[in-house]
Amino acid sequence: MPRYAMVIDQRRCVGCMACVAACKTENNVPLGSFRTRVVEVVGGEFPNLRMELRSELCNHCENPPCAYNCPTGASYKESDGTVQIKRYKCVGCKACIAACPYEARYIDDKGVADKCSFCEHRIKQGKEPACVATCLGGSRIFGDLDDPNSPVSKILSEVGSSVLLKEAGTNPKVFYIRKLSKLE
Amino acid sequence: MGVTRRDFIKIAGAAVASSGMGACQLTPAALAAQAGSGPAETYVATNCEMCHWCCGLIAKVVDGKVVKLDGNPLHPNSRGKLCARGNSGIGLLYDPDRVKTPLIRTGSRGDGKYKKASWDEALNYVAEKMLSIKKVYGPEAMALFAVGSCSAHLAPLMAAFGSQNFGKPSFAQCRGARDVGYELTYGIIPGAPERVDLAKSKVTVLFGSHLGENVHNSQVQDFAAGIGAQAKLIVIDPRYSTAAGKAAYWLPIKPGTDMALMLAWINIIIKHELYDKEYVEQYTTGFEELKAAVADCTPEWAARETDLPVKQIIETVMEVARYRPNVCIHPGRHASWYGNDVQRSRCLAILTAILGSWGREGGLYLPTKASLKKSQGKEDFPIPEKKPIMDICGYPFASMAGLTNGSTTGLRDATITGKPYPIKGWMVMGTNILKAMPNEKETMDAINNLDLLVTAEVMPLDTAMVSDVILPSASYLEQFDDIGVERGYHLGVTMGRAAVQPLYESKDGYTIARELAKKLGLADYFPWESLEAKIKSQCKLWKIDYDELSKKGFMEMEGTEAPYITAENQPVFKTPSGKIELYSKRLEKAGFDPIPKYTPVEQPKEDYFRLIYGRSPVHSFTRTTNNPLLHDLFKENEVWISAKKAKALGVKHGQYVTLVNQDGVKSNRVKAKVTQRIREDCVYMVHGFSSSSKDLRNAYRKGADDQGLITRYAVDPICGATGMRVNFVKVVKEV
Repeated sequence: MPRYAMVIDQRRCVGCMACVAACKTENNVPLGSFRTRVVEVVGGEFPNLRMELRSELCNHCENPPCAYNCPTGASYKESDGTVQIKRYKCVGCKACIAACPYEARYIDDKGVADKCSFCEHRIKQGKEPACVATCLGGSRIFGDLDDPNSPVSKILSEVGSSVLLKEAGTNPKVFYIRKLSKLE
Repeated sequence: MGVTRRDFIKIAGAAVASSGMGACQLTPAALAAQAGSGPAETYVATNCEMCHWCCGLIAKVVDGKVVKLDGNPLHPNSRGKLCARGNSGIGLLYDPDRVKTPLIRTGSRGDGKYKKASWDEALNYVAEKMLSIKKVYGPEAMALFAVGSCSAHLAPLMAAFGSQNFGKPSFAQCRGARDVGYELTYGIIPGAPERVDLAKSKVTVLFGSHLGENVHNSQVQDFAAGIGAQAKLIVIDPRYSTAAGKAAYWLPIKPGTDMALMLAWINIIIKHELYDKEYVEQYTTGFEELKAAVADCTPEWAARETDLPVKQIIETVMEVARYRPNVCIHPGRHASWYGNDVQRSRCLAILTAILGSWGREGGLYLPTKASLKKSQGKEDFPIPEKKPIMDICGYPFASMAGLTNGSTTGLRDATITGKPYPIKGWMVMGTNILKAMPNEKETMDAINNLDLLVTAEVMPLDTAMVSDVILPSASYLEQFDDIGVERGYHLGVTMGRAAVQPLYESKDGYTIARELAKKLGLADYFPWESLEAKIKSQCKLWKIDYDELSKKGFMEMEGTEAPYITAENQPVFKTPSGKIELYSKRLEKAGFDPIPKYTPVEQPKEDYFRLIYGRSPVHSFTRTTNNPLLHDLFKENEVWISAKKAKALGVKHGQYVTLVNQDGVKSNRVKAKVTQRIREDCVYMVHGFSSSSKDLRNAYRKGADDQGLITRYAVDPICGATGMRVNFVKVVKEV
């Protein structure tokens, strides 16, 4: 089975928001809610500034607190490593929203919890997630961690990366490359 | 890393976790749910018109509704990807606020009272007015302001009617000054799309260009690819733009002083013999004159003018020179800033030339030399008795060879004053001129002098709402896009098919032009029944398989690229000398500086800030602010103000303020973005907000309108473009 993951090469992100817009129409996300976002962090004082652009989405954790805290079993880990939601089982109790340390979830217009699915329906057809397919900067990279030839495995074997809130122990499968540090 | 101050700004989805049950119940599919039903899933290739980059796209149509747009992988401007706006085209197509029927004004101008009319009624009204204007004042009294694919149909209509008075804000309020500057230097414009080889640049220099926030699809793809390949980026901008956030060097220059830095760089490069001697020898004229003219432009002098450290000026030019010729001095795009913009662009062109970067990898590549035969069609237009305004409005380079774009303000002035002759009718399509031109009052004064203002629009934008007649135009997804020849890296042919039938009573641009032509007795100029029929006949002429082209949307002619200078591939400069003209005799002859000279611009007085403006990656001027999907991403603009100045004024981040300009014009209220990311002498906002049209329910009076505050403008004497960064504003707290 594959183990899907995403790499965000932050060096190449130019904050164009194409990912956010593509996700919206691909997944029919209600107005006012988002499955992904681009966070802009600026530090320093004029004129010595630095900026980080960070795309955030569901981390499809190996240890998903949302699934552990779901009382009905609606949120669960799929055999391909992604975290998914069985809509018919969700009662909209928001336990998953409280449990997720990444603020990745929302309640949709039908009262059901929702979030990024890594575009499950597209990857089943052999396509990339919509955000990856449209990423102008080539900053979002998608693939199978268990396949050493996948684009994610390749870049992670060459360049240093990190995950968000490592201390939460969730083992995220969204990896961030902030700056170039070659792995030996 | 010591973080002294942190500024967390979530561009979008800031309240994802809490947006649950109370969130708006509209979805993209719900927006699409109003159209009729049709056959199941199909894919249609066409061209995007959310901006003017003209990306190819593939529309996914399910049951007669467009549900998803993707970039066309075959099209060089999109390469399988779309930007945020392109992705949100469905929001335009299914915007509930669209113009749905022809409308004829019943109330006084601007009060929003219209009656629904049939197409026949509306076009009869327009034709009668046009013919009566022609009878009294001559056909030249009609003017056309058209931008985008529609201009391909309306320009011949107007020419056939007998007027060549065309005005395009894309020239006079955007890239006209730049194009004239490069045309004067190289005999060719840098292109649109610009032929910048950003993916291969070793050093990229952005003079005020904010790529990333200003999104032109393939160019941004190349820009990011260059950054990924570790190109060094030098960004000169009073504001710490997204691009500056990626840069090795950010030069927070004093606004209006770019030319001082450019001339100092040129001087240093020449003085230290860092230029490409062979290239300069072989391809340029006027080098010795240039050398002498810039000899006084020392880094110390430039440092005083620009408010930049001498060390930074020298260090950055050394980087530029070290990596030549694989250096891209970006020509920029919107270049109507200070009224000296042709000369400023000339500086960029000259820098590029002495670095030997024109026609070199990582610099600016050469366009394909291949071409196709001229398009067919009846082109024996009547020769106007009176010369077009742009030829006689006093700007000698307003209509350079190949740049028949003209001066918008020249037409506006003529409409107000009746000189050199009266303009009594305006036809407007694809541009919201009331918000695109500086000094809205002058535009309204002109409009109040008109016998006819007819607007064809998808959305009831500001200009439409002061028109006599509003014609409902189909959106780009509901109409064919004319066959076009792309002469960029390759030679290519493009066209677009309608993804769905026009909604409501809207009609496509070709049909509007043709039906109006019939009423004016000019049907001969539009012999094809539909645009599709025209494209088919053009394909026949060029021996292109129509079915293949219409399926693919873009066909590249293989082997037509010739990007870099080689012994066999020599560059062609269509200047009088056949060389790159560092010294311009054409400018000299017309009474202008043959080599650019720096003149200081007026600086803001105490308590005032210079108003600068720019783009958001999710909006195209006023065209998209009502789009429900894009409005969801960026609802209103903010005014950026330096943290230090804000503190002195007692303005807090997120607080509403108003701006009052030097002429007492007051803006709508706008949120203050208190930030370290801008100099103290200027404030910045994204252009295109605060619509005056009540019919735009999302965009009406949201944020502040920079254009409303731009009452002063500095006209470039060389080409008539309007410098719009010459206004000063006070920041006033809302009470």
